[in-house]
Amino acid sequence: MRDVHVSAVTDAVKKLCMEANYELEPDMLRAFDRALTTERSAAGRQVLQILKDNAQMAKTRRMPYCQDTGVVVCFVELGQDVHVAGGGLADAIDEGVRQGYREGYLRASIVRSPFDRVNTGDNTPAVVHLDLGPGADLKIMVMAKGGGCENRSKYKMLTPAEGIEGVRSWILECIKTAGPDACPPLIAGVGVGGTFEKAAILSKRALFRELGAPNPDPALDALEREVLERANRLGIGPQGYGGDTTAFGVHILTYPCHITSLPVAVTIECHAHRHKEVTL
Amino acid sequence: MITAAADGIKEVSAPLSDADIEKLDAGDRVRITGVVYTARDAAHGRLMQLIEAGQPLPIDVRGQIIYYTGPSPARPGEIVGSIGPTTGGRMDTYTPALLALGLKATIGKGARSQPVRDAMRTHKAVYFGAIGGAGAVLSRFVKTLEIVAYEDLGTEAIRRLEVEGFPAIVVDDCRGRDLYEEGIKAYAR
Ligand code: SF4
Repeated sequence: MRDVHVSAVTDAVKKLCMEANYELEPDMLRAFDRALTTERSAAGRQVLQILKDNAQMAKTRRMPYCQDTGVVVCFVELGQDVHVAGGGLADAIDEGVRQGYREGYLRASIVRSPFDRVNTGDNTPAVVHLDLGPGADLKIMVMAKGGGCENRSKYKMLTPAEGIEGVRSWILECIKTAGPDACPPLIAGVGVGGTFEKAAILSKRALFRELGAPNPDPALDALEREVLERANRLGIGPQGYGGDTTAFGVHILTYPCHITSLPVAVTIECHAHRHKEVTL
Repeated sequence: MITAAADGIKEVSAPLSDADIEKLDAGDRVRITGVVYTARDAAHGRLMQLIEAGQPLPIDVRGQIIYYTGPSPARPGEIVGSIGPTTGGRMDTYTPALLALGLKATIGKGARSQPVRDAMRTHKAVYFGAIGGAGAVLSRFVKTLEIVAYEDLGTEAIRRLEVEGFPAIVVDDCRGRDLYEEGIKAYAR
């Protein structure tokens, strides 16, 4: 058993929340650069250039890339030989969110109830997904997930007969209906298989893969490339002003499923793709 | 007031008249200078209650521009944090009533409903798109900020901004043209 004190978890989450909001990952910056060379629309290129400038300004001024600093979605991989000491893990994560958002001048965007809609004031609580595994590491992955794009995420239960064709057209449909509302260029995180909730969680988890890195499964890689190419022929373009850069990536994760089912969840992510991770 | 600058970009300042609105076409790039009010979901809910009760609003919307945004907090010494647009479509249920009261323009991102587009034709108004997610860059165009109503709503309070050269594009004009539809037509392959 290895002890990890909750204060280390809180400190880590605090830092990850702040850094994720101030600094896009290098894969996103490369995606902007690549799209600037391929985008035919002048308005689209202008948007991409401003977004690149925005990333630079956010980083140097330590201000959030987007004013919607998101709901904190936190994937935790807890090695079973780790003992979290000194308090509760979930509380420690929320304390990290609280400190990160308050001290980092990040926006509080969470309401305590979907009905009375009173803001909690510190962006807590986070949405936490916990995986147990072997080993003595504690890995924390944080995503600041924007609301505008999240609102365009969708789920569909296909029939096994609809197969890969059905999955392909459903992902495309999701990108198309997300349209300009979700701040394109988009990234589609896709979860196929499992159950209703498993597919949805996979669709979030899939977004943590490096943009542009191939899917380790060659069949899925081919599917991702095809959907991406078709998405970029929809004409929506950066911010929906028309153009060739509607999506930066399609990331698919799969899981075994029941003989009757073909669940497909699509998380729509915007260009404000903010995530960081650390292993304690 | 609307004037055309030498670089082809239209300069927009509230208050705006019907004649001003008619000078704007979908796809026009604009720079907005002067007063802009912020309001998003929660503030619109409250404004709507007042409208339905026949009571006066905390801001006079006639000829004005509403920016759909909820800024992030300002660091000490700064005017504002990040301040990019939020999705305009979520305000669709409230917008026709505000346009009927004389609101002339809204700024957001994403598509508007057909009833809102119809109301923009009827009441002579436009919808501007600002770049969603460019909140850090857009903050540089905000020169003053003052909360004028609903301070308890935090980021969703109504703020009076003075902006200078705030960049936007006409998404929906008062003749029913829509930049998103035209963009897709031009670039779909
Ligand atoms: S969809 Fe993304 S980029 Fe657009 S406003 Fe929301 S968080 Fe920001």
